[in-house]
Amino acid sequence: MDILVSILREAIAPTTAAFALAAIGLNFHFGMTGLLNMGQAGFMLLGMYGYAITAREGGPIWLGVLVAIALAVVFAVVLGWPTLKLRGDYLAIVTIAAAEMIRYVGRSQNLNSLTGASTGIRGNEFKGSFEMLSPFPDRMVEFGPIALHGSQSTSWWLALVGWSLVGLMVLLFWRLSRSPWGRVLKGVREDEDAVRSLGKNVYSYKMQALVIGGAIGALAGIVWALGASVQPDSMGRPTTFWIWTLLLLGGAATVFGPVLGSILFWCALVFVKGVASAVIPDTVLNTQQLEPFSLTLVGVTLMCLVIFRPQGILGDKKELAFHD
Amino acid sequence: MTDDVFAQVPREPGAPKPDPIVIADKVHRHFGGLTAVDVDHFEVQRGAITALIGPNGAGKSTFFNLLTGFDKPQRGDWLFNGHSLKGVSPAKVARAGKVRTFQLTKALSRMTVIENMRLGASDQSGENFFVAFVPALWKAREEEITAKAHVLLKRFKLYEKKDEFAGSLSGGQRKLLEMARALMSDPEMVMLDEPMAGVNPALTESLLDHIVKLKNEGVTVLFVEHDMHMVRRISDWVVVMAQGQIIAEGPPDSVMLNPQVQEAYLGAHMDEDLSEPAAVDEIKKEASE
Ligand SMILES: Nc1ncnc2c1ncn2[C@@H]1O[C@H](COP(=O)(O)OP(=O)(O)O)[C@@H](O)[C@H]1O
Ligand SMILES: [Mg+2]
Repeated sequence: MDILVSILREAIAPTTAAFALAAIGLNFHFGMTGLLNMGQAGFMLLGMYGYAITAREGGPIWLGVLVAIALAVVFAVVLGWPTLKLRGDYLAIVTIAAAEMIRYVGRSQNLNSLTGASTGIRGNEFKGSFEMLSPFPDRMVEFGPIALHGSQSTSWWLALVGWSLVGLMVLLFWRLSRSPWGRVLKGVREDEDAVRSLGKNVYSYKMQALVIGGAIGALAGIVWALGASVQPDSMGRPTTFWIWTLLLLGGAATVFGPVLGSILFWCALVFVKGVASAVIPDTVLNTQQLEPFSLTLVGVTLMCLVIFRPQGILGDKKELAFHD
Repeated sequence: MTDDVFAQVPREPGAPKPDPIVIADKVHRHFGGLTAVDVDHFEVQRGAITALIGPNGAGKSTFFNLLTGFDKPQRGDWLFNGHSLKGVSPAKVARAGKVRTFQLTKALSRMTVIENMRLGASDQSGENFFVAFVPALWKAREEEITAKAHVLLKRFKLYEKKDEFAGSLSGGQRKLLEMARALMSDPEMVMLDEPMAGVNPALTESLLDHIVKLKNEGVTVLFVEHDMHMVRRISDWVVVMAQGQIIAEGPPDSVMLNPQVQEAYLGAHMDEDLSEPAAVDEIKKEASE
């Protein structure tokens, strides 16, 4: 019973929403356009810094969001400018390196006063203005079996905002993927030269996709940061890897795939952890070992799922059947 | 017939045409030490069907790539409708009215046939990111495009397949789709790289008819083809390439009699390309006729 509540709690958690957002961004890159962005966590981290630093210095919320998005846009343009003219794997290499660079720069001691170096930025330094807007009471609130704080950190308020953003971005993806604009992107995913031969500026479309997906990644970073804190090491390569995993799990190029993928992923993790801690005695696996063990187990399960259902849960089998 | 147009055209490489839509000059492309294209002068007559033939590796596809901006030569200049297209991107070349297809088909596999077709259309403002949000701004044009796609798909006998993924089509059907898609933007000129390769013989007839029909609609056609029967049936003028150079030009029924052409073909076939003995026989037959 406890496990069920934990799972339900995880399903609606702001972090789940943050990952869904990041995966929607990646869906613009990979699902729609075929771009291999291996640094989505870097976009998230930039969004976190942009928002948290602006808010800490007393800037209003809208400005924080704007700065976060602007940083992601600049990052996308800087990464895309030299690489989008080249073969796809160049973007992959550059994004993976650039995202790590953001993290290293962020945690460097020289920038301590700006980014808080490796400790990052504590929640109470930047969350205030957002939490003040909460319409929920300033205490623990129970809805059914789930109790969350009304306004602080992982709160009902943040869950509401996070999931509203997810809804909005799902709508955005749906609208755009069914537009002539989305059609060009899908064409680019299939064969760039064919699209060029039909008179479309492929470079420009790839750039647009990279920018919009990155900007959504920045929003994901804000939601994440508001639920926890800004911690550069939480946005390393593993995070990008999980985002990829849950996108492929839910189904790339589908509208709801990223959302379903994120929910399933995090719930599965809680489930495995819950069961493992109940079943496996402490002498075999202590609490510290439980986390990596669960991640590994979930990772393996997902790998199997992706191997045996390569189109993901919501993906169209036909769309992948003749891929190779 | 357009044959008259060529009456005064000298039967020699680089012959000037009465009304050229394409003029290329001193176009040179080499890959390392290998000269792929070295064309001194080349003109394509407007409104005619011109065949570009030559043994494998002659540089035909490379020349296509150069003329359409997909590849850049080391030197040379080329005009389309009097405007230089040197350094112009492939997309702009297409928008200028010169659309090409590829030797290796580029059907967009995981898109439906109808979506492939729609992508070929021009002037769809919904391809702009901001306009895309407001369907009211692009729905009307989308309907026009779709109607036009239906007409073309019927013509190319692909209408029944319109909602299927392009990847499920046969090789020949993909060739047809690629050609139909190229026509969506009403190009002034189409350049087809081996449009008949892999197409079911039952369909080649109608494909030839389509190409002739295009000409009747005023479209200029330049196409690469191996099958001399096809070339003879529909082309008004034949340009022969070998080892990167244009070695002969002339009307289809006489150009193969040129000893240099025979030598180029036979030489090439004996050296390196024995995979197409039928083609060699054909050339010999052509020559002896
Ligand atoms: N990208 C490339 N790199 C190196 N060599 C090439 C390249 N493209 C074509 N070639 C060479 O250029 C020559 C002409 O090729 P191509 O234009 O494909 O001939 P065709 O279409 O007439 O059969 C061939 O020898 C081919 O190997
Ligand atoms: Mg070729």
